[in-house]
Amino acid sequence: MTPQLFVTTLVFLPLIGAAIAGLTGRRIGDILSMTITTGLLIVACAMSWSVFVNVVGGAWAPFTAHICQFIQVGDFKSDWAVRIDSLSAVMLVVVTSVSALVHIYSWGYMVDDDSKPRFFAYLSFFTFAMLALVTAADFMQLFFGWEGVGVASYLLIGFWFKKPTANAAAIKAFVVNRVGDFGFALGIMTVFWMFHTIRFAELFPLIASHAGQTWRFGSWYWSALDLAGFLLFIGAMGKSAQFFLHTWLPDAMEGPTPVSALIHAATMVTAGVYMVCLLSPLYEHAPIAKGIVCLVGAVTCLFAATVGLAQNDIKRVVAYSTCSQLGYMFFAAGAGAYQASMFHLFTHAFFKALLFLGAGSVIVGMHHEQDMRKMGALWNKLPVTYLVMVIGTLAITGVGIPGLDIGFAGFYSKDAIINAAWVAGQHNPIAYFAFVLGVIAAGLTSFYSWRLIFMTFHGHAKWGAHAAHAAASDDHASHAQIETHSEPDVSHGHGHDHVPHESPAVMVLPLLVLAVGAVAAGAVFVERFVGPERAAFWKGAIFTAADNHVLDGIEHIPAWLAWLPLVVTAIGFVGAWWAYIPNEGLGARIAARQGPLWTFLYNKWFFDELYDFVFVKGAKLLGDLFWKGGDQKIIDGLGPDGVSAVSYMAGRGVGKIQTGYLYHYAFVMLLGVAGLLTWALWSWR
Amino acid sequence: MTGLLSLITYTPLIGVAAILLLRAVAPDGAGRNEAAKWIALATTLATLALSVLLVAQFDSAEPGFQFQEDIAWFAGVHYRMGVDGISVLFVLLTAFLMPLCILASWKSIENRLLEYMVCFLVLETLMLGVFCALDLLEFYLFFEGGLIPMFLIIGVWGGKRRVYAAYKFFLYTLLGSVLMLAAILAMWGVAKTTSIPELMAFHFPPQMQIALWLAFFASFAVKMPMWPVHTWLPDAHVEAPTAGSVILAGIMLKMGGYGFLRFSLPMFPQASHYFTPLVFALSVIAVVYTSLVAFRQTDIKKLIAYSSVAHMGFVTMGIFSGNAQGVQGAIFQMLSHGVISGALFLCVGVVYDRMHTREIAFYGGLVNRMPWYAAVFMLFTLGNVGLPGTSGFVGEILTMTGVYGVSTWTALIAATGVILSAVYALNLYRNVVFGEMTNPQLSAIADLNWREIVIFAPLIVGTLALGVYPKLVFAVTTASSDALVAAYHAALGA
Repeated sequence: MTPQLFVTTLVFLPLIGAAIAGLTGRRIGDILSMTITTGLLIVACAMSWSVFVNVVGGAWAPFTAHICQFIQVGDFKSDWAVRIDSLSAVMLVVVTSVSALVHIYSWGYMVDDDSKPRFFAYLSFFTFAMLALVTAADFMQLFFGWEGVGVASYLLIGFWFKKPTANAAAIKAFVVNRVGDFGFALGIMTVFWMFHTIRFAELFPLIASHAGQTWRFGSWYWSALDLAGFLLFIGAMGKSAQFFLHTWLPDAMEGPTPVSALIHAATMVTAGVYMVCLLSPLYEHAPIAKGIVCLVGAVTCLFAATVGLAQNDIKRVVAYSTCSQLGYMFFAAGAGAYQASMFHLFTHAFFKALLFLGAGSVIVGMHHEQDMRKMGALWNKLPVTYLVMVIGTLAITGVGIPGLDIGFAGFYSKDAIINAAWVAGQHNPIAYFAFVLGVIAAGLTSFYSWRLIFMTFHGHAKWGAHAAHAAASDDHASHAQIETHSEPDVSHGHGHDHVPHESPAVMVLPLLVLAVGAVAAGAVFVERFVGPERAAFWKGAIFTAADNHVLDGIEHIPAWLAWLPLVVTAIGFVGAWWAYIPNEGLGARIAARQGPLWTFLYNKWFFDELYDFVFVKGAKLLGDLFWKGGDQKIIDGLGPDGVSAVSYMAGRGVGKIQTGYLYHYAFVMLLGVAGLLTWALWSWR
Repeated sequence: MTGLLSLITYTPLIGVAAILLLRAVAPDGAGRNEAAKWIALATTLATLALSVLLVAQFDSAEPGFQFQEDIAWFAGVHYRMGVDGISVLFVLLTAFLMPLCILASWKSIENRLLEYMVCFLVLETLMLGVFCALDLLEFYLFFEGGLIPMFLIIGVWGGKRRVYAAYKFFLYTLLGSVLMLAAILAMWGVAKTTSIPELMAFHFPPQMQIALWLAFFASFAVKMPMWPVHTWLPDAHVEAPTAGSVILAGIMLKMGGYGFLRFSLPMFPQASHYFTPLVFALSVIAVVYTSLVAFRQTDIKKLIAYSSVAHMGFVTMGIFSGNAQGVQGAIFQMLSHGVISGALFLCVGVVYDRMHTREIAFYGGLVNRMPWYAAVFMLFTLGNVGLPGTSGFVGEILTMTGVYGVSTWTALIAATGVILSAVYALNLYRNVVFGEMTNPQLSAIADLNWREIVIFAPLIVGTLALGVYPKLVFAVTTASSDALVAAYHAALGA
């Protein structure tokens, strides 16, 4: 098998599984559907690791396997292809590994669901779309994967289609992503008309020669590369849930928990990060766009961490944590440390999938309860889950000893990001700003992560016989806030014993595998991703400008900086311990007082309310205005209906025609608007 | 293969003759209706087979007209037929949708079935004639003639307000066509010919171009329809029987876009260029305005009708961008919309046949009883939203790209349609298909039957095949479209 055929097969295996399970699932049955999809995913995963070893080991030079034409009109040329280099090889490994584990885990998690073939078909389809995204050789296939994963996410969030909240969340996810894609599509068009190509291999060598040029967009002239970089980044903001376009991600937790782990933590949401790193040749020549990436990432990382402090739904806490960690990845890229960004993407995939699947194990153990206020003291009921969740928490908070240079996965990647921001911050105020926010967010991360552990596994048990009254006091949630979403408890089959229980082996096994990743992924790969071996590892897949020495700089940082993240993490840990172990109930008292800061955080800075008021209500208002006012009264009133009405009234000779004048005025006004826009488009050309 | 185009165009009339003969000899009854349906189906399938043959024989490297026929008719007017890369696929689309329409009417038409089938077959001939005609007057006859059977289909077999809708439809389109007829006569007078290929080479003085362009625009803009002359479309769709909606959305709207490509751009290039900002403005208003209106609809068919107007906005702006991406994108968008909107109207027909209402609020939770229907409707909803991998995406991205090259403002505003289409289409889907099934009247609703599966299968294949491998279309359209674009720019440069 040639490498070309090998990687093409790898990409299509999940699609074959999805097609079999989706189309024939009801005929061949649950077990066979699940076996086929999971089996093909495991094969794809093994093949991905083989690709990874071959590419980063140097046995295969980067290549593109051409499949066939996609859209080719004039210079607008795109193909279906599989592009393999170090960057896409890393993504292949991340995507298929997490996906294979999630497939296995779902055997246990979805055991009582009655549409398992559909679920596994969606999961496998998602994996295919994600593989198409990371192996795209041009913007069109990238866009295909980009929206393909979006639609898979839409289908999976709304998987339990009987729940109105799930349907609303699914639409919200798709539409907010479409807002991002609006910018992304404009970015692609800008690139096309600027360079007359949308193929990466043809585009990248042309970029440097366009540095410093201007480009007319709208009525204004912009710095050409910065405009393209910014528009494309809007797409990344949507997909990766960055500030302003983040609102869909927490709601996406309506989907089954394995979905949250695979799509809304480990893989799909990292597509934006991948895209920015892939386009490093563009961003390296677009300082303003790069600064925006850095700024938005930094703000998101702090914002999401603050919101995470006040949430009570176990999945929401992890979701905001994801949002925050994605912020880290972006500001790393914006600071010029793309490799550190990819490194964090890589390690984060392991420990965030671990945390989500661990949370899923807790939810199953709690008989589909997600409210942490109804948990507590679970550590000896779910010992393995407890163990892996603690490992995941140690990894996400980046625990490690700088002097000895040993630690959990997040220690290497997060510290690399913070250090890189500090190095870049010596000449770049935005990067310094990101550094400060990143350090604060590290402390908050530690607080909310340990808060989750303490509320869930320690303290007093709030479940069992006298649990019913414990959490009923939450009547102050704003109407838009869906506080907790219990998944449909489909006849759990243990009678009605409400004693939490450990999950079955098929769920625990993937947790243990991911725990190994959360412990070791950092130490094993740090030298290759961001250390001295990085040139040999990336082989030019990431471009760094000649004057970008950020990653060289992190080798020579002062000692205080090396220890700083550990210190803030320790402070966060102690704070969480103090508030939730010796002073258990303090959090509830603060919540009960409903102070302004708490209310602001609890309601997620009121973004949902704002967007609902401005966009949803606005669209409804305009829609009604155009329909009932524009179409029915003005256009029809003057057109077909008006013709008959006027002749009718004229025939009766009454003065009622006066009232018709109103519509004539309005009609003239409408024509005026059209005329004005015409004139504007003409003069803006 | 001279004569193939006439053979394709008039084959449906053989079916008409057969049905009329049947009507004359056989006694009224179920058996006669059954026979008429099979005759109509066989005729439309034969037409489809001939059209497939046409496309197979078509030389896609040749930009000019092929399969030409030319017979002198009267007073210098000729009967001329011919197709190029722009028109040939519309012939195929028409022939492709027609058997599906016959199948869709299999059970839902109860009264005057023979007349109904005759109307459809006559309509097919007239629509095929529009895309094959190479003489101005002949084109006009086919173009306007199509109004009459469609008027009857809405007016006789339509819903409750069918008379109002048919009247509105007729009034709007007639107004446009009167102006077009005047323009045609003026062109005949000046150029001394009605041959479309000769007129494409004729240079009308710029002042005259303006007037002629406006007259043709009046007719084509109504047909598309463009904002603000679109209000006949929702009413016509709501009242028309399912198959009528399929033809209306799938073929008849495309005649407007075809007209712009065949007449406005090649014959009046200066005027086209002059009026481009107007077309762009009306197009982006259509995209934003009708998308928002679609969002608020309570009738499924009306919602899809408004979404058609928005999608046609992409077509008009693509055509008048005058570059390769815009023009080919517009052709592609028309073909793709023919498949997807036709399929969506058929999806509405499925539930309308069972429940006899199109109220969105009546439905909900259909997926619980109709999983296959839910899957099919989902696919076409995603196509309507322009998801990459479906044919809906290719046309949208290309028309926007084409427009970006001419006016970034227009591309910017039009791109918001990408967001809005997701809003209204997914909302519709949620309200009809997802959720709990709360309406007890729906509790016995049945999933797709075999006839419906046979109808949807080719549409599904078409949507996905064109979405994944759009070269199927571009292989045919590129030469003619490139020639059109080159001639347009040459005329503007001169």
